[in-house]
Amino acid sequence: MEPIIQVKSLTKSYGSNTVLADIELEIDRREVVVVIGPSGSGKSTFLRCLNLLEKPNGGEVLIEGRSLTGKGTNIEEIRAEVGMVFQNFNLFPHMKVIDNIALAPVKVRKWSTEQARKKAMELLYKVGLTEKAEAYPGSLSGGQAQRVAIARALAMEPKIMLFDEPTSALDPEMIGEVLAVMKDLAREGMTMVVVTHEMGFAREVGDRIVFMEQGRVLEIAKPDELFDHPKHERTKEFLSKIL
Amino acid sequence: MSDFNFDIIWGYFPLFMRGTLYTIGISVSGIVLGSLLGLIIAMCNMSRLWFLKYPVQGYIHFFRGTPLMLQILIVHFGVVYSILGTTNAIVAAITALALNAAAYTAEIFRAGIQSIDKGQSEAAYSLGMKKWQVMRYVVLPQATKRMIPAFGNEFIVLIKDSSLVAVIAAPELMYWAKAANAQYTRVWEPYLTAACIYLALTYSLHKLLQYIERKM
Ligand SMILES: Nc1ncnc2c1ncn2[C@@H]1O[C@H](COP(=O)(O)OP(=O)(O)O)[C@@H](O)[C@H]1O
Ligand SMILES: [Mg+2]
Repeated sequence: MEPIIQVKSLTKSYGSNTVLADIELEIDRREVVVVIGPSGSGKSTFLRCLNLLEKPNGGEVLIEGRSLTGKGTNIEEIRAEVGMVFQNFNLFPHMKVIDNIALAPVKVRKWSTEQARKKAMELLYKVGLTEKAEAYPGSLSGGQAQRVAIARALAMEPKIMLFDEPTSALDPEMIGEVLAVMKDLAREGMTMVVVTHEMGFAREVGDRIVFMEQGRVLEIAKPDELFDHPKHERTKEFLSKIL
Repeated sequence: MSDFNFDIIWGYFPLFMRGTLYTIGISVSGIVLGSLLGLIIAMCNMSRLWFLKYPVQGYIHFFRGTPLMLQILIVHFGVVYSILGTTNAIVAAITALALNAAAYTAEIFRAGIQSIDKGQSEAAYSLGMKKWQVMRYVVLPQATKRMIPAFGNEFIVLIKDSSLVAVIAAPELMYWAKAANAQYTRVWEPYLTAACIYLALTYSLHKLLQYIERKM
């Protein structure tokens, strides 16, 4: 079957600074790919190219065979199928939790308000936050906010979920509750691309690990292989620092 | 001033009241229309398309860089006359004030919109929203809150500046003050009365804004 995500010689630069150089990657349905690498290596930029929050300078990204930058592509239609979770949650502070979640289904999917709110409550149940439905994001802890952000993305019933360091802004005691939700998702068969420094999660949940450095993919392997027998010198160095 | 004659004020009282209503009407129309136009101008100004961006930048420079009095005269005798085929002081007054306010509110909108964290719009885009939806449901509701003080100031300035349309004989407060002044050749009675009314308008607006800001 055709890979759900195809990245073909993707290149991105800011001025003369090449941030992504010729990235090639194919991701299958239900696969969980974890991207690791030092800070500034281009992980976020790579992830943001997958839903065109950043525009590549060269190459292309195909989601379900459709090129993001192709002529006649309706980017909003594709983004609706690709959820994203950010390091800083980016919840909408002027809306209650339930409205944060229901907004896009109503405005983008054209669901009725009742239908969207029902879906929102189901998702809040799933992430363990039904009691926060009427709260404003400002009153949530970091861990709760990130779980709401995940629920908000899931409300669109996406086929792919992108996570950009979802636990990096959290106090240590809250990391577990967010990773637990992500593990559930992976178990249910969601296609996921996760940038993280949580190596335990990467090893347990990841189907493949991608190691990036200086805008290049240096190594792609199954978790055990990459963590126990890294091929590349730079991978070894990185792992010895982080583990 | 010792011979302050209240009869002049009573005689003109109905006209002052009507003038005040016109002042309020012209100012409110000016700020509302000006804000709508200002939002459009701000959007164009933030666009990456040069044929949207540069004309509106010229617009902003023109209306902020030339006297309002001159703009009123041009709109009245030039623009409105050539479109309607006749002059109409009230239409011209509202148009000129709205065009002028648009240049200022455009900058307020731009500053307000740009003050919202980029993560907000990125989250909205990532959910599949279109650009106008991102603005309408995510960015503007947050930006508007931050813009309220600046908008309030602009509105207060506009109320005071609306007195300039007396020059084209729009029958607002200043116009009637001048009329009373001319009829009785008296300075204090009409002009102090007008001053008190302007002050009452701007001061209550000022208080209202304080109240709104405190509530948010
Ligand atoms: N908007 C931008 N403008 C200029 N340079 C940027 C921008 N975003 C990221 N970069 C640069 O791109 C490189 C990769 O950044 P990023 O993708 O955020 O790395 P990572 O997520 O792996 O830490 C960095 O050197 C960063 O400075
Ligand atoms: Mg990053």
